[in-house]
Amino acid sequence: MEASSVPGIPSVTGSPTQPVSGAPPRSPISSAMARHAWMARFLARRLASLVAVLFAITLLTFLIFQAIPGGDPALRMAGRLATPQQVQDVRVQWGFDKPIYVQYLKTMEKVLDGSVISYSQQTNVEQEIVRDLPPTVSLALGAGIVWLVVGVLFGLLSAVHAGGLLDRALTVVSLTGISMPVFFLGAIMLYWLGYQWHLLPLEGYVPITSDPWGWFTHMLMPWVSLSVVSIGVYSRLLRANLLDVMSEDYVRTARAKGLSERRVLIRHVLRNSLTGIVTLWGLDFAWVIGGGAILVESVFNLGGVGQYAAQSIGRLDIPPVMVVTMLVAAAVVLLSTLVDIAYALLDPRVRLS
Amino acid sequence: MRAVLRNRVALAFGVLFVAIVLLCLLAPIYAKDVAHTGPNANHITDTVMVGGKRVDVVSPTGVPIGPTWKGRFLLGADSNGRDVAVRLLYGGRNSLEIAAIATAITMVLAVTLGMLAGYMRGLADGVLSRLFDLVWAYPAVLLGVALGVALAVGGIDLGLFTLHSGSLLLPAFVIGVVVFPYVAKPLRAHTLSLREREFVDAARIMGYPPPLGSLRIMASEILPNLSSTIVVFAPLIVANAVLLEAALSYLGAGVQAPNSSWGTMIADGTRLMPGAIHLVLVPGIMLVLTVLSVNVFADAVRDALDPKATGRQSIPGSGHAVGSPIGRRGRL
Repeated sequence: MEASSVPGIPSVTGSPTQPVSGAPPRSPISSAMARHAWMARFLARRLASLVAVLFAITLLTFLIFQAIPGGDPALRMAGRLATPQQVQDVRVQWGFDKPIYVQYLKTMEKVLDGSVISYSQQTNVEQEIVRDLPPTVSLALGAGIVWLVVGVLFGLLSAVHAGGLLDRALTVVSLTGISMPVFFLGAIMLYWLGYQWHLLPLEGYVPITSDPWGWFTHMLMPWVSLSVVSIGVYSRLLRANLLDVMSEDYVRTARAKGLSERRVLIRHVLRNSLTGIVTLWGLDFAWVIGGGAILVESVFNLGGVGQYAAQSIGRLDIPPVMVVTMLVAAAVVLLSTLVDIAYALLDPRVRLS
Repeated sequence: MRAVLRNRVALAFGVLFVAIVLLCLLAPIYAKDVAHTGPNANHITDTVMVGGKRVDVVSPTGVPIGPTWKGRFLLGADSNGRDVAVRLLYGGRNSLEIAAIATAITMVLAVTLGMLAGYMRGLADGVLSRLFDLVWAYPAVLLGVALGVALAVGGIDLGLFTLHSGSLLLPAFVIGVVVFPYVAKPLRAHTLSLREREFVDAARIMGYPPPLGSLRIMASEILPNLSSTIVVFAPLIVANAVLLEAALSYLGAGVQAPNSSWGTMIADGTRLMPGAIHLVLVPGIMLVLTVLSVNVFADAVRDALDPKATGRQSIPGSGHAVGSPIGRRGRL
């Protein structure tokens, strides 16, 4: 299978011993200048594509909610519980009698100046989202740290004991984790750790500013249930990567020059694999907000952005779902651009076509 | 295939999966001859004999009976006094049916568009690749939810046929659309390399002139060579489709009442917590077993087709993470 290179994600396939580029040797000054010029071009290109993708994302989201063939967009927008008067209001407010590009502009105008109103609650959608941000950020950050640390640990142990008992046990754990829906895992933990054994608080969110320990205990189960799937994926990914790198020539060289196995593993092998893992982590982080967070927040009643979206889904209240979708997708694209730029700055080998 | 069969663990899980599918297909027979009830029949006021005593199916405080391990209410009842075992099989039928149709939609879209983009290159590739990237940029659950909710109100008119709101085909369609870029991208890359090979040149020279000839070359030269990639991806897509369907249904954007699936059953059970944990455990364990068995089987298929794969499958960012080509992003 060929490695499909994903635009925006630099693929690093070579070993660190590879020369920086095929260009003939230059004096240090001119190569630094060339590097700056390349960097500037790279940044300009990334920012241009960022704007293009953001535009495409808002357009696609708009089309999903307001221009799908079949059915009246005003009816769709107002949701299932709307009164005829509300449907008429929606028609006027979003300009559904006007041409499609006017409707799009009108939608974006409302989203950008923060005047989108939820139809079942009559509240301002963007104010709700801002209010619900702290639990979501706590959830995503904490879970991200948990799965990165545990995933790397599992992957490392697996690779070192490849083929052994521990490796097999960890493989079983990872595979089960990958096959586990987060809302099921969350519900089981909630039942036993919360209701049965009273080890952890049941649900809700405590702001870190008012009670740090309470914040920690309340977030523990959500963090674990959100990170289990990713732990499975990351440990298997790292295991394969480590085994791959271990067969590289420079690792043999490092061994040959008499370094201890531990030193070879940590300084040479792990270091090389980690760059990829951390890049992936940066991208997945934004991803999790839009995926697992919706489910986990609902299970543990954290009152975050994801739960707000989930509740709006339950009421078939479209405006909040649309705004959350646009914001999260935009956040994913923004974050992946940032990761890309950081990666290019840190790793001199990255040269994008 | 023989290598897959030689792998005992994979074989056991493969058998488990087949057994689950068969059980779900036999749902009507089980309902009629063993449980003597239907998936939507209420027994709130009924009683059932357990250990020689008469017990309410749903207690006066609203707590449903747990597993009786007998023909009737084998796995207990839900809050409406419906037989959980019967609902489990009927719900599983819906879950598996949706996953199967979604996988078919994904594969058809991915093979057609991925191959077209890879073979045609140029403008067609540019447009299609941007489309893949755009869908890819969305978190799968979020896009699925957005589509699911938008369609749940009014259905969709696809020109040739119309999907009405409440139809089981609706979540299948949503999942197929959300997941296809994860397969289309690798297929495109594979096609890009295949089209430079000698046998494609030979076919071109032997008189398959463009543009019709291109279609013939794609169908008769490229497609057969893509089959190994397709076979590796198919079970993984099934596993992810089952998970995505459960997540969408859990959130109310998938299967709509009165239909049920494992996802809606878990959602119903969670709402009753801590009253009746069996309502969460029964569909949840079934779901995990199904997805796990497909995942293990998929692993074995991949190892069998690509012996190199055990040690080295993936480059971060290449789109196919270990264990699951869409693991990176199709995660729920």
